[in-house]
Amino acid sequence: MKVSYYPGCTLKSKAKNLDESAVAAMAALGVEMEELPRWNCCGAVHSLADDDLIHHVAPVRDLIRAKEQGAEILVTLCSMCYNSLARANLIMRDDEEKRRTINLFMDEEIDYQGEVEVVHLLGFLDQRIGWSTIREAVKVPLRGMVLAPYYGCTLQRPRDVAMEPPGSFQMMRRLLEALGSEVVHFPAADLCCGSYQILAHPEAAESSSAVILQTAVQAGADALVLSCPLCDFNLGKRQASLLEQGRIEKEVPVFYFTQLFALALGVSPDLCHLELNTPSCISLLKQKGYPFDLDEAERV
Amino acid sequence: MPIKISARTVKREFLERLEKISGQNIHKCFQCGTCSGSCPMNASMDAFPRKVMHLAQLGLEGEVGKLNTCWICASCHACNVKCPRGIDLPRVMEALRLMALRRNVDHINPSRMASDLLRECPQIAMVAAFRKLTS
Repeated sequence: MKVSYYPGCTLKSKAKNLDESAVAAMAALGVEMEELPRWNCCGAVHSLADDDLIHHVAPVRDLIRAKEQGAEILVTLCSMCYNSLARANLIMRDDEEKRRTINLFMDEEIDYQGEVEVVHLLGFLDQRIGWSTIREAVKVPLRGMVLAPYYGCTLQRPRDVAMEPPGSFQMMRRLLEALGSEVVHFPAADLCCGSYQILAHPEAAESSSAVILQTAVQAGADALVLSCPLCDFNLGKRQASLLEQGRIEKEVPVFYFTQLFALALGVSPDLCHLELNTPSCISLLKQKGYPFDLDEAERV
Repeated sequence: MPIKISARTVKREFLERLEKISGQNIHKCFQCGTCSGSCPMNASMDAFPRKVMHLAQLGLEGEVGKLNTCWICASCHACNVKCPRGIDLPRVMEALRLMALRRNVDHINPSRMASDLLRECPQIAMVAAFRKLTS
């Protein structure tokens, strides 16, 4: 099976650990993630003003690329890309006036009417692969690990693009259970990590991130699992700063769901780029005694 | 400080512009405060979203303009999914931001950001911050 795939900017550089682990895991399941040709930045955030259409042009251009490929669905991984592509798609499908204006503006492109369905990889696994298939394909079950699925904002909000209804965290739970781990729900699973405010108001964003990490620890989680490079930055890479300020008490490993997915399917740890995570991730995997060769990642 | 409500402070055209850009009916808000309670950034705000809505209903452009609320909002939509009146509050916050940004005043400056943040942050953080906080 082949499926059109939109990686997005961050996945090609700072979040290679999200991109490459997903492509490898899907290949292990016999699905080829075919990268969209000539894709551009999705804009990261959706424009919320009624009189601002120019910011929908970038994501719509990506959707047009998918339509040109004859793709029925476009799979995304990064939560922010998923959100901005899915919302632009809804405008093109449902808002006649805006659709006409945007299509006229891009008169060099083919007309687009929201024909392509934007799907997050978790939704793709749920609807097109099935959790039992994944369970059967697992080579190294992640037994003994207690994982907390963290959805953040953009997978579930607003409601019209929610991968699953706000307050429900089933898809990631089913995936992690299929991989053999124990899943714990924690009440901060859909709180905002502070998002881009880490650049404008770092203290405000750090307070939000600290609440999420502390709540996950209190719920008994060994690690947090997520799908957004910005959440990973705020909750993972910024942990040293949070610890230093005494905002959190201990380190919490933060994984992309695709990394654990790939590892459990027997993909080489090299493709999971654990060196891009915080060192606590490798320590946790070692401590649990899984038979992964993690020395290479540790050396980098 | 007491807020003066008079013909001089109440700006009808402010309310009209806000409703036009946001596409939201500001008067639908009945001041329950669910938005304020569900906001993960509320601790850093001068005033909670509920109060911003109230001031906006009264057309108090000057009072709303003094608050940092819309600049702290991270557009996470937590308030939006819980609002019992179905108001899309992030759109109201965006309209407030745009009304200020369209006067060509930026609210983020890369030269004042910590260098380690700039070096390490993912591209989506940069794109999102500049999209939301610059003109």
